[in-house]
Amino acid sequence: MIQDNLIKVGMADLNVTRLTGVLKTTGLGSCVGLTLYDAKMKIAGLAHIMLPSSEIAKEGNINIAKYADTAIPELIRRMEALGAVKSRMEAKMAGGAQMFMFSGNSDTMRIGLRNVESCREVLKCHSIPIIAEDTGANYGRTIEFDCETGKLVIRSVQHGVKEL
Amino acid sequence: MVSFKQFADFQMDVLKEVGNIGAGHAATALSRLLDKPVDMLVPKVRIVPFEEIADSVGGAEQVVIAVFLRVDGETPGNLFFIMTQESSKRLLKKLVGLENAEDESYSDMELSALNEIGNILAGSYLSSLADFTNLNMYPTVPSVAIDMAGAILSYGLLQFGQMGDHALLIDTKFLEGNDAVEGHFFLIPDPESFDKIFIALGVQTP
Repeated sequence: MIQDNLIKVGMADLNVTRLTGVLKTTGLGSCVGLTLYDAKMKIAGLAHIMLPSSEIAKEGNINIAKYADTAIPELIRRMEALGAVKSRMEAKMAGGAQMFMFSGNSDTMRIGLRNVESCREVLKCHSIPIIAEDTGANYGRTIEFDCETGKLVIRSVQHGVKEL
Repeated sequence: MVSFKQFADFQMDVLKEVGNIGAGHAATALSRLLDKPVDMLVPKVRIVPFEEIADSVGGAEQVVIAVFLRVDGETPGNLFFIMTQESSKRLLKKLVGLENAEDESYSDMELSALNEIGNILAGSYLSSLADFTNLNMYPTVPSVAIDMAGAILSYGLLQFGQMGDHALLIDTKFLEGNDAVEGHFFLIPDPESFDKIFIALGVQTP
């Protein structure tokens, strides 16, 4: 893959691109990497979502890219600003793993699952279909979304490379 | 709620000492296990943006072995014992005589041994801290994972995630002799634990 137009998305961060560019985020554990794509306009967005809901936020100025319920609307808004149309958007997601196994699973430990569920709900509210996903299990993932082709490449240590 | 950017220098020094005592005892325990001297570097106490949490172990995509324990008690937090794959293989060879192929896979036996090593070291880290502070700290059953450092360490950030984009990390690196078994202890106390640590150690919070 040509890497000269790589756009890095950090943890609790989001970004969008048009026509060209590869959106990349590394080291997804319990976090969810969610991509939206308008294939006709070739506009893509990627959010690295860390927590399910901004309701649990204790910070004053919340980082809207961190929470599923605030990051997805912002991603849609940023893409629309570039000319994307919401009704054409399709979502893919990866991550939401449970990295460690514990006997007494507290809520924190199941955070990956909750992130994925929350993303599903928010996308449903916006009537955006999820056309592919690779979520859950117990391993970390690095993902790259190619804006030109709409392909999502998922790399992991134990399972190699997967394309959605 | 405390803002971490406002910790005074002397408070950072106290946290450094916390890392020093904990990791010091853990290094001693490791040294006994190996019957070899183990060196330890001065702990680093840093307030890091989430993005940079994995930098000291080689970046978010670096594959590491991590033993993770949740710390319960009066000062909850997350404790990670992190090694590179090469270091863990050397450690296994020395400690339990598990001769392994040079590939990157781990047998159940090896993982179990690593888990136990992590348990011993983390236990001595925590018990020395608990003695020092007179606070109750007890570890949960450890869990071992081999994966990207970013994916693993992000687990330690969830409590911080609810209130900011930075975490306070007490990082202690240790080394064993020429063969360089190198490892890190990461202690990431939950945000609400800091006040209790400071009070227990008689440090005034401004």
